[in-house]
Amino acid sequence: MISGISIYEIFTLTSILFFIGIYGFITRKNLISILISIELLLNASAVNFVIINKYMYPDALQGVYFSIFIIAVAAAETALAVAIIINLYRQISSVEAKDTEIMKY
Amino acid sequence: MNLSYLLLIPLIPLAVFLLLGIFNTQIKPAVSGYIGVLGLATSTALSYYAAFQYFFVSGKVDGVYQTFVEKVVWMNFTETSSLKYLHIDMGILIDPISVMMLIVVSTISLMVHIYSRGYMKGDDGYTKFFAYLSLFSFSMLGLVLATNLFQIYMFWELVGVSSFLLIGFYYTKPSAVAAAKKAFIVTRFADLGFLIGILIIGYYAGTFDFQTLNAVNPEGEALLLNWASTTFMGMSVFTWALILIFMGGAGKSAMFPLHIWLPDAMEGPTPVSALIHAATMVVAGVYLVARLFPMYYFVEEGFVLNIVAYVGAFSSLFAAVIAITQTDIKRVLAFSTMSQIGYMMLALGVSSYKGEEGVGYMASMFHLFTHAMFKALLFLGAGSVIHAVHSNYLKDMGGLRKYMPITNITFLIAALAIAGVPPFAGFWSKDEILVAAFEKNEFLYFIGLFVAGLTAFYMFRLYFGIFWGKETEYTHTPHEAPISMTFPLLFLAFMSIIAGFIPFSEFITADKVGFEGHLNYTMAALAVGTGLFGIILAWIFYKKENDLAEKFAHSFGMFYKWTYNKFYFDEIYIFVTKKIVFNLVAAPIAYFDKKYVDGTMEGIGNKTVWISRKIKGVQSGKLQDYAFSFVGGVVIIALVFIYLWTN
Amino acid sequence: MDILSLFIIVPVLTILALVFTKGLQQARITAMVGSLIQLGMASNLVIAYFKERAVNDSIMLFTKDMIWFDHFNIHYAIGVDGISVALLGLTAIIVLAGVFISWKMEDLPKEFFISLLVLSTGVYGFFISIDLFTMFVFYEIAVIPMYLLIGIWGSGPKEYSAMKLTLMLMGGSAVLLVGVLGIYFNSNADGGALTFNILEIAKVHIPFAAQKLFFPLTFLGFAVLGALFPFHTWSPDGHASAPTAVSMLHAGVLMKLGGYGIFRIAMFLLPLGAMEWSWFFIILAAIGVVYGAFGAVRQTDLKYINAYASVSHLGLVLFALLTFNKIAWNGAILQSLSHGLLTALFFALIGMIYGRTHTRDINKLGGLMKTLPFIGAVYVITGLAYLGLPGFSGFIAEMNIFVGAFENPDMFHRVLTILAVSSIVVTAVYILRLVGKIMMGPIIDEHHHDLPKVTWYEKTGILLLLIPIIGMGVAPIWLSDMIMASLQPFIQGVLTH
Repeated sequence: MISGISIYEIFTLTSILFFIGIYGFITRKNLISILISIELLLNASAVNFVIINKYMYPDALQGVYFSIFIIAVAAAETALAVAIIINLYRQISSVEAKDTEIMKY
Repeated sequence: MNLSYLLLIPLIPLAVFLLLGIFNTQIKPAVSGYIGVLGLATSTALSYYAAFQYFFVSGKVDGVYQTFVEKVVWMNFTETSSLKYLHIDMGILIDPISVMMLIVVSTISLMVHIYSRGYMKGDDGYTKFFAYLSLFSFSMLGLVLATNLFQIYMFWELVGVSSFLLIGFYYTKPSAVAAAKKAFIVTRFADLGFLIGILIIGYYAGTFDFQTLNAVNPEGEALLLNWASTTFMGMSVFTWALILIFMGGAGKSAMFPLHIWLPDAMEGPTPVSALIHAATMVVAGVYLVARLFPMYYFVEEGFVLNIVAYVGAFSSLFAAVIAITQTDIKRVLAFSTMSQIGYMMLALGVSSYKGEEGVGYMASMFHLFTHAMFKALLFLGAGSVIHAVHSNYLKDMGGLRKYMPITNITFLIAALAIAGVPPFAGFWSKDEILVAAFEKNEFLYFIGLFVAGLTAFYMFRLYFGIFWGKETEYTHTPHEAPISMTFPLLFLAFMSIIAGFIPFSEFITADKVGFEGHLNYTMAALAVGTGLFGIILAWIFYKKENDLAEKFAHSFGMFYKWTYNKFYFDEIYIFVTKKIVFNLVAAPIAYFDKKYVDGTMEGIGNKTVWISRKIKGVQSGKLQDYAFSFVGGVVIIALVFIYLWTN
Repeated sequence: MDILSLFIIVPVLTILALVFTKGLQQARITAMVGSLIQLGMASNLVIAYFKERAVNDSIMLFTKDMIWFDHFNIHYAIGVDGISVALLGLTAIIVLAGVFISWKMEDLPKEFFISLLVLSTGVYGFFISIDLFTMFVFYEIAVIPMYLLIGIWGSGPKEYSAMKLTLMLMGGSAVLLVGVLGIYFNSNADGGALTFNILEIAKVHIPFAAQKLFFPLTFLGFAVLGALFPFHTWSPDGHASAPTAVSMLHAGVLMKLGGYGIFRIAMFLLPLGAMEWSWFFIILAAIGVVYGAFGAVRQTDLKYINAYASVSHLGLVLFALLTFNKIAWNGAILQSLSHGLLTALFFALIGMIYGRTHTRDINKLGGLMKTLPFIGAVYVITGLAYLGLPGFSGFIAEMNIFVGAFENPDMFHRVLTILAVSSIVVTAVYILRLVGKIMMGPIIDEHHHDLPKVTWYEKTGILLLLIPIIGMGVAPIWLSDMIMASLQPFIQGVLTH
């Protein structure tokens, strides 16, 4: 329980963070930027986990565990994604999202 | 009467057909001719034996010729136990007319078989020809012996096919193929009527059996009395059925307006014309009406018989007029056949049922018998002439009496017989027909008399044109035919002389009782006079080469041209079939099928592809598009839920 | 092992054996032996059927029932009556003839014969099943190999034709599946469990509303395969592109599945719906009879002519079924058999002519009787049989149909009957046009003066088909009585419903 700050204010903050992430994901053209936006999404949800745990079930720690999981998964995912992007760059010399749609259909 | 041996009469030709047909290439031509003749000779002997047995030994009981039937069930339409037991039988029916027809068919067929051995010598399809002839003989004998409508229909179709095969025998000749096709399709069209007639009778009478349909009690009343119960357009359904059956008969017998196939059928080898298109198959229509005569007579007081009489009379006049102008000798004979069959139909049409009033029926059968003899003779004679000069046309002939004495004499006998000069066969039968017509309807009688004159005229035009007339220069001298061809001529000439003296009315009458025939001298004198007038006219015109005939033709002008072109009936038919059926029915259907029916199916396919192409644009492959639609979807769903929950 | 399951096991074993063969020689011998055994089994079945029928008067004989999928009550239920015995015999004959006709199949012979036998397995399974679901499965098994057979071994625009045929038939089976499920979910209308078993459903009184809804679906599903106007357009293209043996099997057997299915499923299980809808479908069928015949008059490709002729003749089958008359029903079954043999023979002959002259255009053919006397003679005989000449199978079938159709005395049926009867004239026109053009007349193409003689395997194939045609036509009483006896349950179930 953080004094002076209500859960709503923190939710507002994480929501803003989340939608910034979504906005970035949809509008960015560069794959790295898209990856960063995904990180924002993950972080917003990680913060939500911690906060909900803290405010609603102060005696439990599951939310915290989850956020640690998320951080770990996010790290792994970033490593993977960057690896893919680097490979892609070697193939097509570009990290633009529009150059990667040959896999459609 | 033991009937089992009669089965052999049609079955022997069938066996011959199978033998010659299957081992077509293995059998030597000389052998196959003998096999064919031998088979038919056996059948003929059996037929004569049967006729003797029937007419003189065991046929007559209490003064009435009995009908003997032996049959087996061939196919069931319904269960044996059901109330209306419809089935097709196969069997043999023996009564005066079927026995008489056995004689006619087997005699003529045997003569034609013998004749063909000479006529077809050296032909590629010699064995095949005899196979077809045997097939035809089998079918025709089966038709004659049929016990029920379906059986007669089946053999009816088989003779049609044999006729098709034989007309198209020279199958590499396009005109022969066309003629064969025409003959089959025209008769098939007529058979459509026949078949529908059979179906009507099957449904309303519940049987196809001749004996049941024709049953008449001793008082001379029909036993099949329910003919009046169901009507269609004011007439009994049985009347309709009989009209339709007559349509079938008219098709086979080349009655107007279904006659157009007969002249073209002359494309076939001449023995075939003699057998099928003069003596036997074409009289099947007459036989059919005679076979169902009690029905025709009793249903609605013989209304249909009037149709038969008028169609017969008109056809006989129509054909006789055309025959005068034709130059192909076989076509003249073909139209003459049509005319004579019209005579037979006329006689049937004016006949009554009982006793001496049934003279028309008797006369019709009599004329059928005598006509078969002298017309087959005429055709075989014509064949002999064609064989000698290698042409069908009168213009290539003339003065042949010096080269072909036997043919000349026999042809003359036949011509006298058909012209109705006593004492030859045609005189007797034609006289009876005229007597019958006079008693019933004088108008028809005068048509008949006029046709008799015309017949004599065109027949002697033919005779003088071939054997007398101009002296044609032949590239190689014509010579008399070999013995295998002259023997049938002599035999048939003999028959044409004596056949008239058979007391027919004692054997064959509508009520099967028999009566004493006698000659009506006034009538006979009138008919003979007309005939002689025709002959004399022909004598003047054609005996010596002169231009009288041509001048005469010119004076008729337009009418002559119309007649020469057979009143343009072929053209009308071609117009109907080619222009209307082919171009106005079949072509639009083919177009409709391609364009609309198939087009619709194709359209469904193409539309599916089109829609899928549109939809696949959504699957752009851009991750961000997917994310956008995902988020958008979530937002919309969220809004909907919020909206629902807050209310 | 029961006598019916063998009809599935033997083809499957043959297929397995074929997998291990190498080259044309081994493949065709294996296929021939396999189908020869099938023909032997079919003849044995006919004899066994007559023996069993004499002592056993249940609807289906040699029945066997095994649970296949418990949850939905799906069984592997088999049994035969006179109708299916006759059709099994037909299938066995045509498969064997088809193997002989494909004797020189150089392209992927092993795969070809495997597909052919898969197809025949499906057909056998369909005819012996009395469980709706199993029947449907076999139906699909029979239809699918067509795609491969036409798409791989076909000629001309084969991919297009194969796709068209498969899609239209699949569309039909989609509709059919709805109908089948509709029947299934109404099979407990009188209480009791849901069932796929035909004999049990036949006893149930399915509500009228459901019958009215599901009859057209079931009917159309099968009618597409039976080439009902206007769903017939797959057949000309499909037949034209298919290799000879496939055309034979398809027109000869597979299209019969349509009529059989309509009779055994749509009409038998949904009699009220059938009565309700018959007026509509009978019009389509009668149109199809005349329409197909006129369509054939105009075509120039031999196979197209035959395909349209099939539309006409199978239209007659559907027409007969919908007249609700037992004589006509008998005729419908006979017509299925007769048309199967005749059309297979026709396709076989066309294949032989095409194999020699490399054209199917009737304007480029002529006078073949001279150079190919055997094929020519058989072709003429087949043509004459096709137009209903007495002494051949077509005649008795048509006469049964016409006599039966005439038993309906109302004006509506009379007019349609006369329309259908008049097709015999149009049939004569196109058959004689065909015979006159290609068999008779002068030889048009000078290459046709010297064509290869007919070979022993071709002769065997032809005779296999020709003999039953003549047999049926000369002595029809056994076959027609056998079928008539089997119609009894239909008469009770449908006519007196």
